[in-house]
Amino acid sequence: MSVLEFSLLVFVSSLIAGLVGALTGLGGGVVLVPLLTLFFKVDIRYAIGASLVSVIATSSGAAAAYVKEGFSNIRIGMFLEIATTTGALLGANLATRVSTQSLAIVFGAALLFSAYFSRKPRSLAERNLPPDAWATRLHLNGSFPDGEGRRSYNVQHVPAGWALMFGAGTLSGLLGIGSGAMKVLAMDQAMKIPFKVSTTTSNFMIGVTAAASAGIYLSRGYIDPGLAMPVMLGVLGGSLLGAKLLVKLHVKWLRLGFSIVIVLLAFEMLYNGITGKI
Amino acid sequence: MLPEKQWTDQGIENVLGNLLRAGVLLSAFVVSIGAIIYLLRHGHAPVDYWIFRGEPADLRGLRGIVRDCLALRGRGIIQFGLLLLIATPVVRVVFSILAFAKERDSIYVVFTLAVFSILLYSLLGSSF
Repeated sequence: MSVLEFSLLVFVSSLIAGLVGALTGLGGGVVLVPLLTLFFKVDIRYAIGASLVSVIATSSGAAAAYVKEGFSNIRIGMFLEIATTTGALLGANLATRVSTQSLAIVFGAALLFSAYFSRKPRSLAERNLPPDAWATRLHLNGSFPDGEGRRSYNVQHVPAGWALMFGAGTLSGLLGIGSGAMKVLAMDQAMKIPFKVSTTTSNFMIGVTAAASAGIYLSRGYIDPGLAMPVMLGVLGGSLLGAKLLVKLHVKWLRLGFSIVIVLLAFEMLYNGITGKI
Repeated sequence: MLPEKQWTDQGIENVLGNLLRAGVLLSAFVVSIGAIIYLLRHGHAPVDYWIFRGEPADLRGLRGIVRDCLALRGRGIIQFGLLLLIATPVVRVVFSILAFAKERDSIYVVFTLAVFSILLYSLLGSSF
């Protein structure tokens, strides 16, 4: 395949991944690495580098839309970013030490988790939780627009949430993904932060986390401009288009379909990792 | 009635959101220019991404990337566009330091400085 054909095909695939990722809210990044390694036979290290760059593009590109809604809590975001960026440094350093087979296996497991998580009903928003000592001291409690007025919330289990975020950061640095699913899990399930607040705050954190590992990837030579170019432009275009279409489409079936695709890719990654084909 | 603090927070966030989007679009523009040069010059070359060699030294750090960029090399210009993209979340963190300092929230100035140092360590630590 020539560079021109390759770039066009990768661009179109990334555009679709970004579009479906934005429509389903699962993020396109999670399918990019399997797509590049399984179908385009790209070395997983180049694929991870290109995917990481596109993760930053979607996060920063969507920030303008998210902040207008007034849901994100920058204090929660910043406090947890200490955990995610430290984790990302660890993950990016691990990525250069472990074998490509192990990377593929961990990736497969992360895909399965993300598919499972996307099918799981979100926890019911619990109102009137008592204020937690840590959360109060760190000014993490906040409020968000809800119908007529603002609804306030009290953040719970701060140390557990922080630890989960460290894990999410490590996974992001290791695999070049946003690990949005794990970030939302930490905030939604452990810290009991309302869903809208967790998803928008998570979007803000994903870019900063990815930037922490991007420097290491760049200096190790994992970010190839020829590959990152069609991936980044495609995912960015797809996600911006997806954000515009989102209000008009019914995405239940698309979400189900995308989860099935993720599961299939997960098994393919696991198989390739275990048999040493990657 | 909302407390005034939240209005200023929201105001800063709105400016920042637009700034980030502008940064991403600028980066996409630079990457596209590099892509045109790269595809015109190397479009017919075969691809070999299944072999991992790692990037040449000049595409791994700011100085080399700027040099390639000034020499109008396609891959160097793309890489420069990607650096702009990586810089967008860093700008967001810097803005947050200023915003917290203005609110005199010293714990959060320290937290944000910690995040900023980690980012600087990653970006400047080994490559520049």
